[in-house]
Amino acid sequence: MGSRASTLLRDEEIEEIKKETGFSHSQITRLYSRFTSLDKGENGTLREDQVNFRGFMRTLAHFRPIEDNEKSKDQNGPEPLNSRSNKLHFAFRLYDLDKDDKISRDELLQVLRMMVGVNISDEQLGSIADRTIQEADQDGDSAISFTEFVKVLEKVDVEQKMSIRFLH
Amino acid sequence: HLKIPTGIKFWIMMSSLYPSPAFHLYNKLPSVVPESCLLIFVGLIMGGIIYGLNDKSPPVMDSDIFFLYLLPPIVLDAGYFMPSRPFFENIGTILLYAVVGTIWNVFGIGFSLYGICQVKSFHLQDISLLHNLLFGSLIAAVDPVAVLSVFEEIHVNEKLHILVFGESLLNDAVSVVLYKLFRSFCEMSTIKTVDVFAGIGKFFVVGIGGVLVGLLFGMIAAFTTRFTKNIRVIEPLFVFLYSYLSYLTAEMFHLSGIVAIIACAMGMKRYVEANISLKSHTTIKYFLKMWSSVSDTLIFIFLGVSTIGDNHEWSWSYICFTIIFCLIWRALGVLVLTFFVNRLHVNTVTSKDQFIIAYGGLRGAICFSLVFLLPEFPRKKLFIAATTVVILFTVFVQGMTIRPLVDLLDVKRKRESAPTVGEQIHIRFLDHLLAGIEDISGHWGQYYWKDKLEYFNSKYLQKFLLREYDQPKSSIVLLYEKLERKHAIELVEAGQLIHEPSHTSLLQALVKESDSMNPDVLENIQKILSRNLYRIRRTQVPAYNRHNLPGESGTAEQAKEILILRHRSLRVHMNRS
Repeated sequence: MGSRASTLLRDEEIEEIKKETGFSHSQITRLYSRFTSLDKGENGTLREDQVNFRGFMRTLAHFRPIEDNEKSKDQNGPEPLNSRSNKLHFAFRLYDLDKDDKISRDELLQVLRMMVGVNISDEQLGSIADRTIQEADQDGDSAISFTEFVKVLEKVDVEQKMSIRFLH
Repeated sequence: HLKIPTGIKFWIMMSSLYPSPAFHLYNKLPSVVPESCLLIFVGLIMGGIIYGLNDKSPPVMDSDIFFLYLLPPIVLDAGYFMPSRPFFENIGTILLYAVVGTIWNVFGIGFSLYGICQVKSFHLQDISLLHNLLFGSLIAAVDPVAVLSVFEEIHVNEKLHILVFGESLLNDAVSVVLYKLFRSFCEMSTIKTVDVFAGIGKFFVVGIGGVLVGLLFGMIAAFTTRFTKNIRVIEPLFVFLYSYLSYLTAEMFHLSGIVAIIACAMGMKRYVEANISLKSHTTIKYFLKMWSSVSDTLIFIFLGVSTIGDNHEWSWSYICFTIIFCLIWRALGVLVLTFFVNRLHVNTVTSKDQFIIAYGGLRGAICFSLVFLLPEFPRKKLFIAATTVVILFTVFVQGMTIRPLVDLLDVKRKRESAPTVGEQIHIRFLDHLLAGIEDISGHWGQYYWKDKLEYFNSKYLQKFLLREYDQPKSSIVLLYEKLERKHAIELVEAGQLIHEPSHTSLLQALVKESDSMNPDVLENIQKILSRNLYRIRRTQVPAYNRHNLPGESGTAEQAKEILILRHRSLRVHMNRS
């Protein structure tokens, strides 16, 4: 347990994570054991991207289901990580690879290529990407901004789709 | 040499086809009176006429005819057009309601009716506990035919619809087991505990066996359609044949036929649709709708006709208490089960939804046929009367009032908006994202299993069941093609495409420059254009409506705009290359 001692979770850390993400004590400890089992190099981070446990929890916090008592809380503090807007923002950032707050045609093409499979030609994929942008684009810049993205998904129940029930 | 009863039956069948179109001519009527009510009413009138003429009981609906010929088309239609995404997303809830809910209802109604029978003043003491449980087992199950005909006219939100409807289909397994179990107990002199446990075990056999039989026939059907390229004309026949065979096989082995047909239809749909031609697909669609419409009409008319007659014994107390207990136990069951469901699932069922689920528990023709199949014993006529009253009550009272209640409670309605390719892409994207997140967090949720199933499908099943060179297109591409075609047709009808060069002239312009172009590229472009314009069939709109097929809704200004922009960019691309 020698090299692991520095990465053991301290109580103050648990409290901080709890405040930031909204997970319960037992959920955090359970996810920590999951994190350590994924962390094969035992250096406190996952993969070369150096995702530490805090980053791991912050990402997973986006997928916490929205509870009823949170909906009625007033807007004094910062918006919780699992609000609808933050969930959509997370998804948006996955599309937006160059982080310019717009989904351009090329970024959309890359995502489409990965999802649709190998037996569709580039031409057709390009047409689909064009159509998607034209459906969503309202300010005519041939790219999808965050507000346009939100508008496209306004009828989809994102709160329920982007939620996992983490076991207590 | 046509005998009178058969002749009357034919006459009833033929005349039953008239009310349906006449009913739809008056647009106002369906909003107040659901079609099933009207059909029963017509049946009642006809039964009355026959009774008056012959002075004997009119032909009662034959249980064999019902179970062998009238019920399968409706269930097949329901299973084939079942929207699989919401069904599997809610499968846990549906199974919980169907299995546990039905058992709860059966025992609740059975025991409380037995309690009523103990009261001396009602003169009902000769009905034993076993008989009451038997009656409970046939009256407790929600009927898919009745539910379908009432719910398709009130467009509630998709999740609620699939919950009620899925439950009504799947509870067949449970009610079949319980009915047969109690019936065999009635004939046995002593009942040992081991028999009860055998009954419980039988339930698993019936349910899972039904699913396996259905899937087996579904795979055989999919496999057969792989080789039907040269005999396109009888492709639809295979679909109907194998589904019906799965139903018959399941019933032969005393498994649940309804579950088998549903499993068969849902299992084979994906592969069959990729293998068969467009015309066969259209044929299947229209035939299924036609058969299920006819069956539906006939069932309700026969129900009306059979009500008039001499085979009733009346007892105010028993019948009233049956109705009351049916309502109470269903409401209690839904409340308790939803409490558990909401604890475990992200997808919560709101209290308004719960009310509609409880209120939408309609009984129908299945109960009616089962009660006629009961062995002869002194109180059988009382049971027949009670069943008839319950069915009429649920169909008329609950069926007619559910629409105003849905409006009053402001239940979330079906989303009436056009599908967009962007939405489809994002939903798919979220599927992949959630599968990844579930994997990372070590949580085996629905996305995880869906991902695994997709993997298994693409690696093994598709190679086996699909024709070699026709890889199925992703739903994103299909939706895109469908929308492009629809908007192109709308634009042509609006006369605006005259100013834009047509695809063929574009192609000719392209051909002129073909000296400098690669012949492969040209062929690719031709293929894309022809595919874009002609080969579209899949629909994303769920089609539970009995009278309309999906994809027949109106136009939009935005659609026109999108298509004009698309044409311009397409032209630009053409010119560039």
